[in-house]
Amino acid sequence: MTADASRGAQAPPELVQLLTPEGERVEHPDYDIDLTPEEVRGLYRDLVMIRRVDLEAVALQRQGELGIWASLLGQEAAQIGSGRALTEADMAFPTYREHGVAWCRGVDPLNLLGLFRGVNHGGWNPAEHNFHLYTIVIGSQTLHAVGYAMGIQRDGAVGEDGAATIVYFGDGATSQGDVNESFIWASVFNAPVVFFCQNNQWAISEPLEKQSRIPLYRRASGFGFPGIRVDGNDVFACLAVTRQALKNAREGQGPTLIEAFTYRMGAHTTSDDPTRYRVQDELEAWKLKDPIERVRAYLFKNQLADQAFFDKIDAEADELGRDVRRRCLEMPDPEPLEIFDHVYTEPHRLMDEERARFAAYLAGFESEESSR
Amino acid sequence: MTTLTLAKALNEGMRKAMEDDPKVLVMGEDVGKLGGVFRVTDGLQKDFGEDRVIDTPLAESGIIGTAIGLALRGYRPVCEIQFDGFVFPAADQIITQLAKMPLRSLGAIRLPVVVRIPCGGGIGAVEHHSESPEAYFTHTAGLRVVACSNPADAYTMIQQAIRCDDPVVFFEPKRRYWDKAEVDTSPGEGDWPAFDQARVARSGADITLLAYGPMVKTCLEAAAAAEEDGRSVEVVDLRSLNPLDMPAVAESVRRTGRCVVVHEAPVFSGYGAELAARITEECFYSLEAPVLRVGGPSTPYPPSRLEEHYLPDLDRVLDAVDRSFAF
Repeated sequence: MTADASRGAQAPPELVQLLTPEGERVEHPDYDIDLTPEEVRGLYRDLVMIRRVDLEAVALQRQGELGIWASLLGQEAAQIGSGRALTEADMAFPTYREHGVAWCRGVDPLNLLGLFRGVNHGGWNPAEHNFHLYTIVIGSQTLHAVGYAMGIQRDGAVGEDGAATIVYFGDGATSQGDVNESFIWASVFNAPVVFFCQNNQWAISEPLEKQSRIPLYRRASGFGFPGIRVDGNDVFACLAVTRQALKNAREGQGPTLIEAFTYRMGAHTTSDDPTRYRVQDELEAWKLKDPIERVRAYLFKNQLADQAFFDKIDAEADELGRDVRRRCLEMPDPEPLEIFDHVYTEPHRLMDEERARFAAYLAGFESEESSR
Repeated sequence: MTTLTLAKALNEGMRKAMEDDPKVLVMGEDVGKLGGVFRVTDGLQKDFGEDRVIDTPLAESGIIGTAIGLALRGYRPVCEIQFDGFVFPAADQIITQLAKMPLRSLGAIRLPVVVRIPCGGGIGAVEHHSESPEAYFTHTAGLRVVACSNPADAYTMIQQAIRCDDPVVFFEPKRRYWDKAEVDTSPGEGDWPAFDQARVARSGADITLLAYGPMVKTCLEAAAAAEEDGRSVEVVDLRSLNPLDMPAVAESVRRTGRCVVVHEAPVFSGYGAELAARITEECFYSLEAPVLRVGGPSTPYPPSRLEEHYLPDLDRVLDAVDRSFAF
């Protein structure tokens, strides 16, 4: 089977959209959003800033400063829209591509780079940001999110001022057993969790048809909770739909599956070569639906921002790019003995023994050096 | 002092832990009204409620995965895997997430999750109900792996496992669940043996038997029989497999000069291989004979009508003792 060049050429009928690719506000019978000009400009800034970080990271990888990078290009609206729907008390569980959500949660972009540079496997404190570590094995984090949500229930933190979890995963992940188990758990325990699936059409080289015969959002009905498809390139719609789903979860109405219909504009990672499996026409069609351009057009048309504003954001983004680059290059390599740190929380005699032996081994080289 | 079966001792230990700390949860398949297929959680749901003793959907990966999430929210879940052979659907969550997440967070995350696994054979069960998968887990850094062998240890070790801030894989010797012994429940945590400490189950001078879980009793019986032949056999119950109490092992083997390792799991690439290698490295000049291993053949666990031939028993242990002395 070859890639379907018409993929996404027309919007699927069930799609929730509040802002067209041309920047026109449209109505939806179930969802609406009331944003101040300041809030819209804030969303625009978020989108631009995280795209700039992403661009810088790709460049750093190409220059050998990162081992690999998973680009979010094209998925900015899905991530910023859903990320800005979270309250401080909500907890987010990402895959390894949720740079936009990390941005919304206040995680320093440098922390994201550390993992891909190979200086750590994550290394931020999830509790500080209510943003869990990146999870690389596909779909595993969905169960963690549901378990966390069950903890929220047991804390009595469901209700109007309650908390919810949101968990991110991709179209490929919907085939994983863990994701399906997490749907069952969430449903049976009525857990306050929002499943946010970014359907970017491609699981590395495998198109959606390899994962599902039905639209992904419809999977939810079989598990007994609502599923909804949203234009994943529409930051307004992503914000509105996620906000509502989180509110429902917080108030004890249980889980929702959101399928954000989007497109992975770049490669799966910097190690991937999408020209081997997808056609250029598809990319061109999706370029016209760019998540940032439509907000820019909306701001411009409605005279909510002028050229000076856009120039200012661009300059700020460039400065962020430079800052991320500079600090990435300054990131020190960890010390060899750090291999043994944090494997266990409590004292562990095997770690102590092996650390001491390795330290002695390393010290042997130092004394050789000094005796020369 | 009170007389308890091993199963009841675990039950009492969990009950105590749940009373001591409201964050302790029990979760698994059939752990509620039924009290678990071995009744180890009997009565806990009645007394602590369905929010703390959770009958889960029937999916092992889901049990461990959601336990991790609960631990991230500050809870201390005790997960029951119904049988040893059913742990493999959860292996990914245990190995790639539970074991590694604290390191991934550079120590910011603690995952005090206990994975209880009834293990070993000898109860005439069908396939997947009699396995000894400990080596898979001792090989996984980030996990602590322990095995209790008697009611007294069961009572304290399960409480230590629950209090431990690291994830613990807790093996229970299912065919010893009904063994009774006197258990002193009065000493507090400070008087318990350390969680990673081996125990000399029987003192002897001529040879050391190393065992854990269900094989400790078999080795004690073999030691008693050998005594009639005039051999003084020491039995060391390892209790903790990762970390291993190597000082205790080395002390015993240096003293006796001979060692046989006994476990139910297949010998090839089993936990005994690690013991034999370490003893050879650390006790080389004290050894009168190579370290010998007694265990299951390197085959899948056989149908139950054959299990008496598969499982190490008193005669196979004594045979190994004889072979050690023949060097």
